Amino acid sequence: MSALRESLGFLTSRLRQVGIFVALILIVLLFQILTDGILLEPQNVTNLVVQNSYILILAIGMVMVIIAGHIDLSVGSVAGFIGACAGVMIVHWGWEWWLAIPACLLIGALVGAWQGYWIAYVGIPAFIVTLAGMLIFRGLTLIVLKNQQITPFPGELRALGGGFLPDISGGTSVLEWLTVILGVGATLALVIQAVKERRIRKKFELENEPMAWFATKTAFIALLMLTITFLLASYRGTPIVLIVLAVLVIVYTALMNNSVFGRHTYALGGNLHAAELSGIKTKVVTFRLFVNMGVLAALAGLVFTARLNSAQPAGGTGFELDAIAAAFIGGAAVTGGIGTVAGAMIGGLIMGVLNNGMSILGLGTDYQQLIKGLVLLLAVGFDIFNKNRSGKGGGISIIERLKLKTPPAADVDAGKPAAEHPVPVAAGK
Amino acid sequence: MNTPILQMRGITKTFPGVKALQDVTLQVNRGEVHAICGENGAGKSTLMKVLSGVYPHSSFDGDILFENEPCNFSSISDSEKRGIVIIHQELALSPYLSIAENIYLGNEQANRGWVNWRKTNLEAAKLLARVGLSENPVTPVQHISVGKQQLVEIAKALSKEVKLLILDEPTAALNDEDSSHLLDLILHLKGQGVTSIIISHKLNEIRKVADAVTIIRDGKTIETLRLGDGEITQERIIRGMVGRDLESLYPDREPQIGEEVLRIEDWSVRHPQDYSRVVVNNASLNVRKGEVVGLAGLMGAGRTELAMSVFGRSYGTATSGKVFKHGTEINTSTVSDAIRHGIAYATEDRKLYGLNLIEDIKRNVSMAALRKLVKGGWVDKNQETVVANDYRKSMNIKAPSVAAVTGKLSGGNQQKVVLSKWMYSDPDVLILDEPTRGIDVGAKFEIYTIIAKLAAEGKAVIVISSELPELLGICDRIYTLSAGHITGEVPIAEASQETLMHYMTKEKE
Repeated sequence: MSALRESLGFLTSRLRQVGIFVALILIVLLFQILTDGILLEPQNVTNLVVQNSYILILAIGMVMVIIAGHIDLSVGSVAGFIGACAGVMIVHWGWEWWLAIPACLLIGALVGAWQGYWIAYVGIPAFIVTLAGMLIFRGLTLIVLKNQQITPFPGELRALGGGFLPDISGGTSVLEWLTVILGVGATLALVIQAVKERRIRKKFELENEPMAWFATKTAFIALLMLTITFLLASYRGTPIVLIVLAVLVIVYTALMNNSVFGRHTYALGGNLHAAELSGIKTKVVTFRLFVNMGVLAALAGLVFTARLNSAQPAGGTGFELDAIAAAFIGGAAVTGGIGTVAGAMIGGLIMGVLNNGMSILGLGTDYQQLIKGLVLLLAVGFDIFNKNRSGKGGGISIIERLKLKTPPAADVDAGKPAAEHPVPVAAGK
Repeated sequence: MNTPILQMRGITKTFPGVKALQDVTLQVNRGEVHAICGENGAGKSTLMKVLSGVYPHSSFDGDILFENEPCNFSSISDSEKRGIVIIHQELALSPYLSIAENIYLGNEQANRGWVNWRKTNLEAAKLLARVGLSENPVTPVQHISVGKQQLVEIAKALSKEVKLLILDEPTAALNDEDSSHLLDLILHLKGQGVTSIIISHKLNEIRKVADAVTIIRDGKTIETLRLGDGEITQERIIRGMVGRDLESLYPDREPQIGEEVLRIEDWSVRHPQDYSRVVVNNASLNVRKGEVVGLAGLMGAGRTELAMSVFGRSYGTATSGKVFKHGTEINTSTVSDAIRHGIAYATEDRKLYGLNLIEDIKRNVSMAALRKLVKGGWVDKNQETVVANDYRKSMNIKAPSVAAVTGKLSGGNQQKVVLSKWMYSDPDVLILDEPTRGIDVGAKFEIYTIIAKLAAEGKAVIVISSELPELLGICDRIYTLSAGHITGEVPIAEASQETLMHYMTKEKE
């Protein structure tokens, strides 16, 4: 039984990460029951992915901005603005999609550079700059669109929002084999990667997750991915936007974990002064983060416009709030320095499943907003409560108390201070 | 005249692991100006916090008698009710509020919850007249100089009908003119029957205003000297302040000093907000290969400011002067330039400026030289772990692994992480600012050993410290700073605590 005990000890020490994961599963199960199984029907799963893709794309950039200790309120307006630009370029001017898409991403980068300049080099708080940006780019959207929607878009662009990878069996099979190959391949790659990582940690004497937990977790994720693969394959296959999203998640996870830029982002969110005094060019990092956010907002705007097949004056309204909520539900810290791309994705999915499930149940936007608001509050509240209790000597946290009932696990040491020496208050200087 | 207004007996205050005050006795007579002297960290401020109720009665041992009645303060407001007011070194004024509002902050002149502005401003004007400040009471505090702000603090104290005024280093941030005005005011208030306790490093000031001086050293009362008879010289006070045995241990080292590595010439820095204050004034110093150079100075002398401004202009404005490395002038105007030229600066406040406390050891170690770990565009995390593990072993960082979060380490181990970070950046010159502050004795010895090792490896080391025995124990040469000037350069053979303290308290010519 020691494996179980070890796992329990580990779970309690990582309650947050485990918590949102479990929350997502519980929410899925809840709505699966409430909707009599509609939630996980192949067509609905496909919808869920496509409907949330642009929020998830925004959440990637947003969590990076939040890790650096900033915020971006303008992404919804920027997405709408880029949709408008795409409409003008493609529909009015007749540009090809392969020209219009890079042009739109470039505009997104310029928008990000504009905001990044004010934030990083002038020193205006991101909250203000992007609040202004929210108004500026909404205004520009209306100006570009002359307050009218632009439609329709050619099929090539629409594929970005609602298209699927081709069926290689030529429509003869019940399952889309390309999707199965991709899904199984991705699952295998993930498992191999996880095992490799574990070996490396062991080699360098870093504490590892307990074997039992590691096996359960990896098996569960693999199962989940295979299930989704199966569900997608039995409808119309892999949405193109899912491929785009998967590539983004992989690239940005690597960027945040293994690149100098990503590591500097964590450093400046964790302690700005220490980062500066370590020679990190904090202004450059901040500027680049906002340029990146602008590009991702542009991409989200393109996906959204492609899905609706129209560029609309109100397009993208409120996206920023969903993206911010996704990042925070996914474990990003309000004070910066903490957060992951994967966490933001799970946070975004929680919001997405809530939206989708409540829509199926026929709950109006009134209740949807109410419930989403409460979920956000609870997620972050739980975080802070947990931190306060386990933090600086504020008594024993609930988790610690639970832990006391089980014999101390060998692994728990990792989270404990090494014989906390009190820092003597510099007396009388 | 010789009736005591305040008696503190047997005060013992313990912080976890540290005895800050041990059986301290203090007697202050009615109507006198009583100075308290001691080195940085001797326990002066702690004693005043005990007296003013910042540390509640239950948190220390001993008795306080004020006007012959026992005091059991549990907060500052309790002591203020009895007429004991403390003015901290860091002024506690709200910059955007007016002078009058600040004076009556928390003590508003109000009727049934509504502020009576007429009364507030009128009464404030009277108080300002008493402290000799001719400013309009409605002026926002941020628009007046620091010297005048200090006077506003005193006016605020007077508004509370102060009987005992405690001033913690009141002139540390003031220029000469403001200082002398403030000292005159203290004497003036003495004439009106206000008893004062003044904590100060500046011995000439003490000689000017104080009737008696109590010397505290290592949390103990050493002696109380009466200044009235004029026999007490500055040297006598200094001897009391530093007369401690050099019992602590320092590692033996054979200095092997080579050619000059870093030279700073005519370095001047002004205060970033208060442009008129020259914080570092024409300072020049050098450090050679394998040498440990000390930088001694009292609080506010400009040691940290000098180091930080050299290290990428991290402090101050209007910085002027030249930095030479191996004889050629170098540009250190950004931190990354300074690091590239082989300079490292380990800050005195490692929690605020040195570490990312929510990150683990390995990421802190690699923070200043992350690019060294880049292979093919990506950070080699395995190599990072290897590097951090090497430092964990060689520096004896006590942690379960290099994935431990630095915020949970002890002060000594945190400092070792900071030192590891800078050692990994391959510096030729290390500037260590208060490297042993807040660290227990055992870990201090380890830090000294590391410093000795760095010097033996041929690094040039500059150590800034408030603890003179520490500088005497590890340095080859010591510069003294006083009010932004380099006032002395003492080879270790000629250095003693007395000579250093003499230079450190020396006023500019």
